[in-house]
Amino acid sequence: MLTFVAILVDGLIYSSWLFVVAVGLTLIFGVMKILNVAHGSLYAFGAYASASLIGAYFNAGWAPLGSFAVILLAALIIGVALGLLMERGLLRFMYGRDEVIIVLVTYAVFLILEDVIILIWGTSPYFAYQPYSLLGTASFGVLTFSNYDLALIGLSVFIGGLLWWGLTATRQGKMLQAVIHDREMALAFGIDVTRMFTITFVIGAVLGALGGAVTAPQISVTPGIGVEVIVIAFAVVVVGGMGSIPGAAVGALIVGMIRATAVHLIPQVELFVIYAVMSLVLAFRPKGLFSRAEARKI
Amino acid sequence: MMGTDKTLTVLGATLLALVAAGFLLPDWAVFLLTLSLARGLVVLGLLILWRSGLVSFGQALFFGTGAYTVGLLVLFAGLRDIVALTVLAALAAGLLAWLVGLLLTGYRDIFFAMLSMAFSMILYGILVKTELLGSTDGFNVPHPTFLGYAPAGEKMRVSIYLWTALVSMAAAYGVHRHLSSTMGQLGAAIRDNEIRVEYLGASVRRVLLIQVIIAGALAGAGGAVTAFAVGHIDPDAMAYWTVSGEFVFVTILSGTGHILAPFLGSLLFELIRSFAFQYSPYTWQMVLGTSLLLIILFLPNGLWSLYARLRKGG
Amino acid sequence: MALLETRGLTKTFGSVTAADNISVSIEAQEVIGIIGANGAGKTTFVNMVTGYQKPSSGSIWYRGQDITPHGPRQITRLGICRSFQVPQVFPSLSLFDNLLISLGVAEGERPAIWRPLRRPHLHAAAEEIVARYDLASYGGQLVALLPQGVRKLLDIAMAMAHRPQLILLDEPTSGVSVGEKFGIMDVVMGALRDTGVTVLFIEHDMEIIERYGSRVVAFAEGTILADGAPRDVLADEQVRRYVIGEALHRSSHARGGAPHA
Repeated sequence: MLTFVAILVDGLIYSSWLFVVAVGLTLIFGVMKILNVAHGSLYAFGAYASASLIGAYFNAGWAPLGSFAVILLAALIIGVALGLLMERGLLRFMYGRDEVIIVLVTYAVFLILEDVIILIWGTSPYFAYQPYSLLGTASFGVLTFSNYDLALIGLSVFIGGLLWWGLTATRQGKMLQAVIHDREMALAFGIDVTRMFTITFVIGAVLGALGGAVTAPQISVTPGIGVEVIVIAFAVVVVGGMGSIPGAAVGALIVGMIRATAVHLIPQVELFVIYAVMSLVLAFRPKGLFSRAEARKI
Repeated sequence: MMGTDKTLTVLGATLLALVAAGFLLPDWAVFLLTLSLARGLVVLGLLILWRSGLVSFGQALFFGTGAYTVGLLVLFAGLRDIVALTVLAALAAGLLAWLVGLLLTGYRDIFFAMLSMAFSMILYGILVKTELLGSTDGFNVPHPTFLGYAPAGEKMRVSIYLWTALVSMAAAYGVHRHLSSTMGQLGAAIRDNEIRVEYLGASVRRVLLIQVIIAGALAGAGGAVTAFAVGHIDPDAMAYWTVSGEFVFVTILSGTGHILAPFLGSLLFELIRSFAFQYSPYTWQMVLGTSLLLIILFLPNGLWSLYARLRKGG
Repeated sequence: MALLETRGLTKTFGSVTAADNISVSIEAQEVIGIIGANGAGKTTFVNMVTGYQKPSSGSIWYRGQDITPHGPRQITRLGICRSFQVPQVFPSLSLFDNLLISLGVAEGERPAIWRPLRRPHLHAAAEEIVARYDLASYGGQLVALLPQGVRKLLDIAMAMAHRPQLILLDEPTSGVSVGEKFGIMDVVMGALRDTGVTVLFIEHDMEIIERYGSRVVAFAEGTILADGAPRDVLADEQVRRYVIGEALHRSSHARGGAPHA
C-alpha cells in the first residue's frame, strides 16, 4: 500500500516535471514544425539563472517567499532574451528548409550554448536549495513528500490549463491553431504567421526555461543537465504526438508513472524504460498517441 | 560509366598511401588516423542512409554494440584475433540493425531520427546499469593478435592502424559499388517519391532495411577497431546520443560528393577536436556547434538544398 | 477470358461512397476512355485496381487470378501499370535517370544490390524510350525544371518501362495547354499502339475520348452510368446530364455551346 502511494505520488511529481519541460517543445513543434534541440539549453540556462538570482536574492536578505517570484522572473528573462535571439537572429532564416536540417541547426545552437553556460557560470555546481524547504513537507504514514515537489503538480496543471485556455478561448489562440493545422492556408487568410512564430517560440522558450528554473532548487546545477533533459523531453513529446498539448500531458503521465514504477520496483531498467515506452508507443501509433490523419497524396 | 574502375584505382592508391603513412608518421598521428578511419566507417553508413533521405541519430547503438561485442568476446571467450573479432562485431551489429530496422524502416524524417536515438539510449541505459560490463567505468581491451601474429608493444599501434586502413578502404569500395547499383541508385528515388518507387515494383522498406543493416554493420566494425585503438570501452564514449550527434556532424561536414569524403571529414573532425581540446576543453562544443552552423548556412551540399526546395514544391 | 474484371467493387470512407458496386470487364487490346465529373470515383477505381487502396468489398480479377489483396508493387510485376494525375516522378534526378531507374527495377525480381545500374543495355533501352516519346531534347535535364507536359510523358514512359499488359492513364492531358493536348495524346497513343498494350485512360476532354477510345465508361457519384461505344455513351441522357453537364431540356445537339431558353 505504501509503495503504491509512493509510486503514485512520485509518478505524479515526475510527470508534472516532464510536462513542464516538454510542453514548450511540443508547442514549438506543433506551430513551427521545428524540433528544438536547444530546448535543453533553455532549460539549463533557466536553471542557472534561477540559481544565481535566488542566491543573490537571499544574500540581499529579502522576504523568503518572494524567491518564487524570482524563479519565475529568471524563466521569463531567459526565455524572452534567448528565445528572441534564437528565433529572430537565426531560425527565421531557416523556415522552409528541410525539417531535419533545422533540427541540426538547433543542435548546433545547443552545442554552442552548452559552452556559453560554462563560460558564464564555470564548471562548479550551483546550489539554490533555499526555496525548496520553504513550503515544508507533507506526510503519509512513513512517507514524506516535500511540498515544493507537490506544488510542481499544481504548477503543471496550471500551465496546462492556461495554455489550453489560451489556445481554445482566445482569438490569438485560435489563429495559432489555424497555423498549426495548415501554415499556408493561415497565411492566405491574412494571419501574421511570422509574428505567430516569434510569439510561439518565445512562449516555448519561457516554458523550457521555467522547467529549469523550478528544478534548480531541487538539484545541484551543473553543466550537462540540459543534455539529459533533451532526450527525455523528446521521448515525452513523441509519445504524446508532436504538437499536441493534451498529448504532452498524457505522454508525461505515462512516462512518469512507468518510470516511478521502475524506480521503486525494478531499478535496473530505470534509465532506459522511458525509451522502451517510446519505442512501444511508436510501434502501435506511429505518430504518437494524439496525431492527426493525413490527406491522400495521389 | 567507367567510374567503378577509377574509384578502385583511387581507393587502392589511398590504401598504399595510408600504409606508407603508417610507417612514416609519428605515433600520435597514426592514432589520430586510426580513429579517423574508424569514424569514417560509421559515416560511410550514414552516407548511404542520407542518400535515401534518412538521418540516423542512433548509430552509436551499432558502434557501441561493435565495441562491446569485441570486449565481451575477448573477456569471456578468450578470442584475440582481430580479423575474427572485427567480423563478429560487424555481424552482431548487423543482426541488431536487422531487428531494429524492422521497426525503424516504417518511419521517416524526424521520427526515424528520434526512434533511432531512442534505441541507442536503450542500449546506453542497459550498459550503464550492467555491473558485469563495468557500468559507467567500462573496461579495458587487451591487445589483439593478427591471424596468429602478436606484434611487440611498439608495433601494436601500427598493426591496428594497418588493419583499420584495410577494412575502411575495402568498405569504401563496397559502399561505392552498392551506391552505383540499382538499389543504391533507388535511394535518391525513394527520397523523392516513395509511392512511385513502389509502383515501379520495388519494395521501399526492403531497400531501406538492407541499407540500415549495412550502415549498422559498418558502424559495428568502426566500434570494434576503435575499441582496439583506444584500448578501452565505456558507455559514454560509445553509446551516448552525443556520439551519434558527432557522426551526423561529420556526415554533414563531409558531404556526399565522393566515397572518400567521410574519411576526410572524419580526419578534419579529429584534428579540430585535438587542437580545440588542447586550447581549452570548454570551447570544443562551441567550435563544433559553430562549424556545423556555418556549414549548414553557407556550404549546403548542393544536392541537399535542391532536394529541400523540391520537396516543398513537388 | 477477360484481361481485367472487377466484380462489385465498392469503396466507402465513413459516410462517403467513392465507389459503389463497380463491375466492369476489359478485354485485351481494348482502348477504353473513362469519363466522369470530379469526385465521380475514376481515380479511386484506378487506385483500387492498382492496389494503392483496398476496396471495402468486391474483387478484382486479372487473367483469371484474384489480385484484390495485392499492393502496387505486386500488381506492377503482374503486368498492370499506371500513370498519375499529378506526374509522380523523381524531380531531383535527370529525365534519363528516371527512365534508367525504372528499367533497372523492371529488370529483375528485386533491385540489384551490387551490379551497377549504368550498363550498356539499360542505357540503350532508355535511349530508345527517349526517342519513342520524343524527349530527346530533355534527356539530361533535371526533372524539377521540366515543363508539365514533359513530366506527364515521362510519367507514362516510366510506367511502360515494365512492358505491362494493361496500362491505366489518369488524365494524361490534364494540366497541359489546349494546344498541346492532342500532341501529347498522339505521342502517347503512338508509342502504346506498337506494344499491343491494353489502355484505360481517364479524360475530361470529350474530343480526345472520341478520337482515341474504342469504348467509353462513364462514372458518376461512384457508379457506372454507361458503358459502350463512344457515340452511344456520349449521347446518353444521363451521361450528358451528370458528366458532360448539359441541361436536360435542350433542343440542339451541339456540345459545349451556350444553352438557349
